[in-house]
Amino acid sequence: MLNRTTPPYIKDAIEFDLQLKPYEKMVLDNGVEVYAIDAGAQDVLQMEMIFYAGNSFERSNAVAAATSYMLKNGTSTKTAFELNEHFEYYGAYCNRTCKHETASLTLHTLTKHLSAVLPVVTEMVADSIFPEQELAIYKQNSKQKLSVNLQKCDFVANRLIDAYVFGEDHPYGKYIVAADYDALTTAQLKEHFNQYYLNGHCVIFVAGKLPGNLFDLLNTQFGKLSLKPGALLVTKTIVPAATKKYRVVNDSEGVQGAIRIARDFPNRHHPDFMKMMVLNTVFGGFFGSRLMSNIREDKGYTYGIHSYVQNHLQDSALLISTEAGKDVAEATVEEVYKEMKILREELIDEEELLLVRNYLIGSILGDLDGPFHIIGRWKNIVLNNLDEQYFYDSVKMIKTIPAEALRELANKYLQPEAFYELVVI
Amino acid sequence: MIQYEKFTLDNGLRVLVHTDTSTPMAVVNVIYDVGAKDENPEKTGFAHLFEHLMFGGSINIPTYDEPLQVAGGENNAFTTNDLTNYYCQLPAENIETAFWLESDRMLSLAFDAKSLDVQRKVVCEEFKEHYINKPYGDVWHKMRELAYSKHPYRWMTIGKELKHVEDATLQDVKDFFYKHYTPVNAILVVAGNITAEAVKALAEKWFGPIPSGTKYIRNLPVEPPQTAPRTAEVKANVPIDALYKCWHICSRLDDRYYVTDLITEILSGGGSSRLFQALVKEKQLFSNIECSHSGSTDAGLLSIEGKLVKGVQMKDAEAALMEEIYTLQQKGITEKELQKVKNKTESSLAFEDMSVMSRATNLAMYELLGDAELINTELNKYQAVTTEELLNESKAIFNENNCSTLYYYSNN
Repeated sequence: MLNRTTPPYIKDAIEFDLQLKPYEKMVLDNGVEVYAIDAGAQDVLQMEMIFYAGNSFERSNAVAAATSYMLKNGTSTKTAFELNEHFEYYGAYCNRTCKHETASLTLHTLTKHLSAVLPVVTEMVADSIFPEQELAIYKQNSKQKLSVNLQKCDFVANRLIDAYVFGEDHPYGKYIVAADYDALTTAQLKEHFNQYYLNGHCVIFVAGKLPGNLFDLLNTQFGKLSLKPGALLVTKTIVPAATKKYRVVNDSEGVQGAIRIARDFPNRHHPDFMKMMVLNTVFGGFFGSRLMSNIREDKGYTYGIHSYVQNHLQDSALLISTEAGKDVAEATVEEVYKEMKILREELIDEEELLLVRNYLIGSILGDLDGPFHIIGRWKNIVLNNLDEQYFYDSVKMIKTIPAEALRELANKYLQPEAFYELVVI
Repeated sequence: MIQYEKFTLDNGLRVLVHTDTSTPMAVVNVIYDVGAKDENPEKTGFAHLFEHLMFGGSINIPTYDEPLQVAGGENNAFTTNDLTNYYCQLPAENIETAFWLESDRMLSLAFDAKSLDVQRKVVCEEFKEHYINKPYGDVWHKMRELAYSKHPYRWMTIGKELKHVEDATLQDVKDFFYKHYTPVNAILVVAGNITAEAVKALAEKWFGPIPSGTKYIRNLPVEPPQTAPRTAEVKANVPIDALYKCWHICSRLDDRYYVTDLITEILSGGGSSRLFQALVKEKQLFSNIECSHSGSTDAGLLSIEGKLVKGVQMKDAEAALMEEIYTLQQKGITEKELQKVKNKTESSLAFEDMSVMSRATNLAMYELLGDAELINTELNKYQAVTTEELLNESKAIFNENNCSTLYYYSNN
């Protein structure tokens, strides 16, 4: 008779030896560095060109995001339609994203079509012209999208909490209002483009089934441009809000409250960062976390509650985020502080800690599966100016950090008075 | 080409194995042949609520998640109108933990009253978060009710109303379980770093002893052909007017499915697609416009939705949209345009196949449709589509009498 009550033998995930596949590095003629991972069975490739052109560098609000978006809206030889048609004809995707420090252009293509689509990427980063008409459409449609988003409590809460923690003038804390879109001009975009793309700092990450002539292809396309290697960062002063607690009514008919509880937290170079990865997992970092177990699985106040450290290159923040029923929003806030208190006062027992260690190692193992995931790890390491030792140190930290150290960390960071607290209904 | 082996246990459980030794992980995917369409119209949202309860402990194991996490695994599940799918990924060396957990909850649940009580609340919050507390959140509720008169696609997976979820009883849960959650109504797919022999042994050991259950024979009302246009109007506290149009299309296994899928790509699959170029960029009547189809097993819907640029009249926006449709119906598309959407499909299938998880889920879905081999033959079916078929199908679909329209007006 099969015994269904005793679990099968498992190998503790912490016994697994995790290896981060090394990258190949190439340097283009202009010094731009290319990090590459050649792996995977499918004939696909992902290339991300990262420019230090994020909103930290813009002279007025919304310029960085608009410039990034409009890279695909016209060059001196191709209209927006023709640019899109070119990528789409080859089944390729070319997306732009703009963050605080960086703005990227990401290409996904079948490897067999790489040489057909790359020249158009070059056109975008070297010859974008920012047509007036395209900007007018962008402004109008962005404002409409913003007006819809502003009705959502989660969207409003996300903006406000960052502004409280970092200040409205800090790149991590500022947000775009409709008037910012109205004020955009093509001259601003061209200036930003000229400084931070044409003559900007760039780094490239490529992964997938790479063609043998990858270096030549990239060097021919990008090696002659006046791009510079290395990072460009500016440090802006954080001006946190004076008041800690906020209640905002955004929609009088709203049935849920978006709860955000956040505090400042150091970046990856601080020794507490890695430790927090483990403590945060226990606290609110996965489905089995304390916050989920208590507030969702025991009380049913929410569909989901999470805590995380924001992925910023410079200063960061620790944030708890959920949407809870309007009637139970305040009770949810209470419970979050209760869970902080328990972590400050009681040691995490060994059984729970082993579960979290195994879960984290298992998820890294799963996350090292496939070229896109591997390059993602490397990108994080390179952009944060770390090296592979950081990866191995964090694995070691997950496997060995004692409960006492986590309690100490909780006492250092999980202090309610240090947190900003916001409920938007 | 995705290789797999298939066998059936004596109790009727179908098992598929896809070996990939390049990954240290394994995926276990269990699909149950039950979705929101199998619900009682007075108790909608139940298949999805039930999915939540599958994590509330089984007959011999108090919780599903913890032992899986201890084994270094992660899991999730989703419910659609057609099916319910559960999947987990863990280090291949610990795969037996997944067999233990999945087989026990197929054997029987704990039927815990507290779990039901909590998950009713959790699902109500999910309902609010996605469908009530969002501008335009109720659109697809209204659209389904307009477009379907008989077929249970009339309601969304989350349910028609909160009350249906709130009223679910433990007896409902038990009845549903014994009717649908049985080996004969399930498909198990195991993928990753594991051999077919090992899977056979583990499947026999853990799933073999489960009683087969009764095959659920579906007898759903057939949606009668629509014979006249249908329209509805909504006024709500949203900032911008929006237009929604739907047309009935063929079922998933019909050969016209591939033609239909390509039609949606032609109309709105990117920055060079027809509706985006004409209506957002050239005429600037819409700030965004999208065309998609439900991809459902039974005959589904093709839909077009867009938000109007402030100041644009609904009738002008609709007329311009229909003009694009008429152009498609009259002039068809060029060979180059067809090649473009075929290339896009080839590419998106290749990207999808990168993850073991996605290969496992797709194998399970295709097997549920009737033939796992579709995973290897679909691309050819897309490649075979001609401009003529596309022209004919666009004439058939975009018929005025086959259309439902929802005008969503801003109160502001």
